[in-house]
Amino acid sequence: MSALADVLAHVGARMGEMHSRRGWLLLAVFALLIAVVVPAVAPAYLVPLLGKFLCYGMAALAMDLLWGYAGILSLGHALFFALGGYGMGMYLMRSMAGEGVYRSELPDFMVFLDWHKLPWYWHGFQSFGFAVTMLLVAPGLLALVFGWLTFRSRIKGVYLSIVTQALTYAAMLLFFQNATGFGGNNGLTDFKRILGWPLQAPQTKTILYVASAIALVGTYLLCRFVVTSKLGRVLRALRDAELKTRFCGYESTNYKLFVWVLSAMLCALAGALYVPQVGIINPSEMQPSNSIEMAIWVAVGGRGTLTGALLGAWLVNGGKSWLTAAFPSAWLYALGGLFVLVTLFLPKGIVGAGGPLVEWLAKRRAQAAAPPPVAEPVKQEGT
Amino acid sequence: MTARRAILLGAGGLLLWLSFSSAAHAGMLEDAVQGLASSSEDKVEDSIRSLGTLDDARAWPALDALSDDRLRVGADGKVYIWDSKTHDAKDPITLAVVQAPRPLKEVEVSNEIRRVAGPVLAQLRLGSPSAGERLAAAEELSKAGDAEATTLLHKALDREKDPKVRDALTLAVARVDLASPSADARVGALQIIKKLGNDEFLSAVQRMVSKNDQGQFNEPDAKVRAAAQEVVDAIAGQQRLVSVVGSLLHGLSLASVLLFAALGLAVTFGLLGVINMAHGEMLMLGAYSTYAVQTFFQAHMPGAFRWYLLAAVPVAFLVTMLVGMLLERTVIRHLYGRPLETLLGTWGISLGLIQTVRLIFGAQNVAVANPDWLAGGIEITHGLVLPWSRIGVIGFVIVVAAGVWFLLQKTRLGLYVRAVTQNRAMAACMGISTKRIDMWMFGLGSGIAGLGGVALSQLSNVGPELGQSYIIDSFMVVVLGGVGRLAGAVAAALGLGVVNKILEPLAGAVLGKIAVLAFIILFIQRRPQGLFAIKGRVDA
Repeated sequence: MSALADVLAHVGARMGEMHSRRGWLLLAVFALLIAVVVPAVAPAYLVPLLGKFLCYGMAALAMDLLWGYAGILSLGHALFFALGGYGMGMYLMRSMAGEGVYRSELPDFMVFLDWHKLPWYWHGFQSFGFAVTMLLVAPGLLALVFGWLTFRSRIKGVYLSIVTQALTYAAMLLFFQNATGFGGNNGLTDFKRILGWPLQAPQTKTILYVASAIALVGTYLLCRFVVTSKLGRVLRALRDAELKTRFCGYESTNYKLFVWVLSAMLCALAGALYVPQVGIINPSEMQPSNSIEMAIWVAVGGRGTLTGALLGAWLVNGGKSWLTAAFPSAWLYALGGLFVLVTLFLPKGIVGAGGPLVEWLAKRRAQAAAPPPVAEPVKQEGT
Repeated sequence: MTARRAILLGAGGLLLWLSFSSAAHAGMLEDAVQGLASSSEDKVEDSIRSLGTLDDARAWPALDALSDDRLRVGADGKVYIWDSKTHDAKDPITLAVVQAPRPLKEVEVSNEIRRVAGPVLAQLRLGSPSAGERLAAAEELSKAGDAEATTLLHKALDREKDPKVRDALTLAVARVDLASPSADARVGALQIIKKLGNDEFLSAVQRMVSKNDQGQFNEPDAKVRAAAQEVVDAIAGQQRLVSVVGSLLHGLSLASVLLFAALGLAVTFGLLGVINMAHGEMLMLGAYSTYAVQTFFQAHMPGAFRWYLLAAVPVAFLVTMLVGMLLERTVIRHLYGRPLETLLGTWGISLGLIQTVRLIFGAQNVAVANPDWLAGGIEITHGLVLPWSRIGVIGFVIVVAAGVWFLLQKTRLGLYVRAVTQNRAMAACMGISTKRIDMWMFGLGSGIAGLGGVALSQLSNVGPELGQSYIIDSFMVVVLGGVGRLAGAVAAALGLGVVNKILEPLAGAVLGKIAVLAFIILFIQRRPQGLFAIKGRVDA
């Protein structure tokens, strides 16, 4: 009995570390809103779009976990996102074997390429469980090997960003090849159903949306759990002063590797939920610009806050959806301007700027007579 | 009888003989040409043969006219050459336009006559004063490939001086000899082919060493077969050489473009610690400046159009330098010390630049023409042409790299730059205006990339997304070469460019790129500071 009480007390304490009571309440309201209220009231045509945004939100959370808390700016997360998507796409292709245009057991593009046998790495993907396992394990393994090689040799900062970008670029070129066996240019598309449910049906779309919402809340909780743990504190220490932390006896490679792999797998999960809702996955998802856009979501919302990442992802993508329809030629200017303005004037993002603003207002109220203190910009010259 | 008289007499006799013989010769030539229009086919053939014996190049136009159905007979029974373009009749030997008494009757030519005329025509052409005509004739004769042709070719070879035509004639002889019944002649021919190395013969020689349907060698003589095998090997070796040298040159010109981009990156990254993702767009702006200068020259100074490229060099440099300095002043200087933010901010700038160029010049690729002095190339051997544009680009990058080296190592500005790179605070204490140095070096780095754009415009298409395809490669160059190291940038650019292009034919472009990336990742395992690490303490 006391053991159970201990456990409960421990869990309660841990939950207290993650969020205040008010925070948990807000989170519950938010979860209810996106998982229950929105699908109930949103018009059917909007559901897949909103589901897409939820997946972007998950990717942004994964990015923030890595960049905001561990200081690792990956420009390769589009790759993990796309790999997760390809894993799901492979299941969707295999589950409709024999129903393609050519009525073949093989996916259409293989028939088109005159292949007669399934490549070995396609085997097993007719099973949903296997596909889901693989779409998490494969990007995780890639991240593990790549991360081990790079973190071990102390590649960090912009070097790491560049190397991850090059990795993504190389992978994009590889996936563009027909011979790679993932449909080349066109990627995987024309999906029919998932777990027997037709993808075109509104109910399926709603279910996929709700699944994404649950996955998003789960991702958020997992990220929050990680960053409030002792591990999360070590990560922040590594971000701020890697050498000092290492000299305190923390092996930086292992910590970084853990958060890197976790982030990659969360991103892959987001990609896997994304694909059935948009109905296509192709190599252009791996464009270098996609990874950089993920970084700007996080930067706009505020790094190292998790909530900011979500906010940023939704604001930027909402703006994109609206601008590309209303003023197509202005979108790139808006995005480019966002990059510049956020880095210049909003280094902590929207959420990060909120805190000082509240403080500043409080101070102002307190010293109504005194002039507000002018913040001296801190400038670091050179390295 | 003095000696003097004897000489006079002898000279007079010689003169007399010469004039007589040339008169007789001229008479025979005219007779033979007249005979071409004879109604008797035998007489025509005889005339052709005697033209062949006379071996006088002046008869060639008439014979050529005969085989082209341009030979006419006038009302006076004389032969004329008809010019169908100007509707003039010409004298068959002097080729002067003459008033021929009409009506002009066409000379009928049978296939038999054509067959007889062909070799004689080629033979006369071999005596033509134009080397190009002789070359064409040699090739034609070697295709006819009979014994008669061989003697003609040997005769022509004896008097030929032009080395190019000599080679062609030798090959023509070899081609005929290859089909000769004598094994020695075949071996001789094979040796000539091997020496001159012409891959046109590859299939013929390969046929000799292969077996026919009955399982016997097409070439019965083992000695000849061995010689033929040698030729096949030699030609294949030469083809390999051509392809290696070709990809080497492609690699070098890719390396040059990478070097243009990486020189600027190495300087700005080394000095300012700034990752400039908009650097590729400086290449693009340089290329578009070239296009704008070209358009301006076309519209306003068509006379000086050949030299537009020379004007484009300073224009592109200034445009990109000014854009670079503007960026440094307005955005980048606020981001010093925050490399990751700089990366994002400059990426945003690059998006803006791309979109601006797209709105001004359109989303389609634009064409930048090679000026005539960069078109064409040097032919090293058969099938190996080094294009002037690529050679020019390589030369250009050497000049620019030398200039940058000079600027950094031998001038006061360079001294300041190196001082600021090594220790910014100390340099500032010594009275160096570090901010001004930052601005000028950023401008210089961008300007060098702009020059790279000029070079690139001569090699490939110019489009708004031009820079994007080079930025990743040029960062790889900087990572591989070591930050802020000029020599490292040069070595890494050369290595990456050449390796890329050499891997391309072997493994395909994509696998080549992936192999290079894998190599870089493994390489920085061993040497994280790059090829040319700065010796001493490196802040981690």
